[in-house]
Amino acid sequence: MCGLCGALGGDDHWSTHIEDPEQAHHERRRARAYRAKLINRVLATRRLAIEDFQASSFVLATATGKREIVEDLGGIWRQAEQLSGREIDPLDEEFLASLG
Amino acid sequence: MTDTIPLLPVHVISGFLGSGKTTLLKSVLASEAFGDSAVLINEFGDVGLDNRLLGEIAKDAVLLSSGCVCCTIRGELSDALRSLISQRQNGEIPAFQRIVLETTGLADPGPIASTITADPVLRHHLRPGTNLTLVDAVNAIDSRQRHPVWEAQVAVADKLVISKTDLVDTSRIDHIHDLLNTINPAAQRLGREALNQPSNTLFASGPHLERFTRTQVKKWLGPWHKPAGPKANGHLSDVHSFRLAFEGELDWTCFGLWLSMLLNRHGSDIMRVKGVLHVKDDHRPVVLHGVQHTIHPPEHVEVWPDDDRRSELIFITRSITASRVADSLGTFMNAVSDHPCSRISYA
Repeated sequence: MCGLCGALGGDDHWSTHIEDPEQAHHERRRARAYRAKLINRVLATRRLAIEDFQASSFVLATATGKREIVEDLGGIWRQAEQLSGREIDPLDEEFLASLG
Repeated sequence: MTDTIPLLPVHVISGFLGSGKTTLLKSVLASEAFGDSAVLINEFGDVGLDNRLLGEIAKDAVLLSSGCVCCTIRGELSDALRSLISQRQNGEIPAFQRIVLETTGLADPGPIASTITADPVLRHHLRPGTNLTLVDAVNAIDSRQRHPVWEAQVAVADKLVISKTDLVDTSRIDHIHDLLNTINPAAQRLGREALNQPSNTLFASGPHLERFTRTQVKKWLGPWHKPAGPKANGHLSDVHSFRLAFEGELDWTCFGLWLSMLLNRHGSDIMRVKGVLHVKDDHRPVVLHGVQHTIHPPEHVEVWPDDDRRSELIFITRSITASRVADSLGTFMNAVSDHPCSRISYA
């Protein structure tokens, strides 16, 4: 199982398929941490964040403390939209501007 | 990604009513090159006309007996595919090496890929294969104007074949070529011989070969026929086809987040996306291929044989312009990635 797969609770999202399953453990952790950092840059626009949970999964949390387990990368944006009550649309200029 | 069992391809023959799908299927079944195929036919209405036409040729054909593929394919197709896999494993039918699916002429073949990749059983046995779409030279222009699904069938095609070319004059054929160029300029065009004498290349050169050469990648990306002028575009609905190009290495992690976000919100309007990418810290090019909400597992290909390492992405969309996509990707990468990409151009 690659680090990203473990990180996001699923092992078959398309974006994980180019990662080398034989790569070193520290490389998987580095890739996992980088992905989480980028996701949090996006989620910050909705006052959300993902938190690492025992290096095996992530938890999506609101500023008011509501928390959900992240099931897979493909579903994280739907979960974030539901929790924040707002769309996350990369074609929306306002959203893009909010990324800073 | 650790699955080492070869996945069987599911090739799709699509095309509007009367475009010659069954004729092609009969030729395919009569060809020795396809002797180890299983066939699925999706019928519209109660009468299995195509099944009767196929007759004894298609002894392994399974007729989906009810409903339009657009509204019932997820359930019925999954059941039919599971049944085929089960019968194959139990030795009840020959160990076929591929499945050929003929859709109803009213079907959007786009959801077929997601039916396979989203199913917890099927995705361990099957993979989406090549989408081949027939275009009826006699009725193409009228069908396009009356039935939006016609454009969807053309847009998802890896390969296009114009049928009934002997029934129209050359100006009509040229007009149809222009029309196809505006919708899916990257699709490979096959000649009439593909209908009469189908060879094993009919479904080859799909996006799922384990190792492409750069030449094969270029061929798969398509010749990018020169877009037609305003005349051919005049009656088109809101379909856009365009190519993004960017130089330098791409932050795959950031790109993946952007694309998954785009598909989450606009997947229904992203009719096709495919391309070859120069990924940061990866010496091998990565081939990407998707239909609507579904991105197939990206694959590495052979090392770049020359200095041409530009990343290219082809989009076919409904109502989404090239500038919106390019601006979105560029802005997102620059704002989010630790390794922003260089300028993105589009055509």
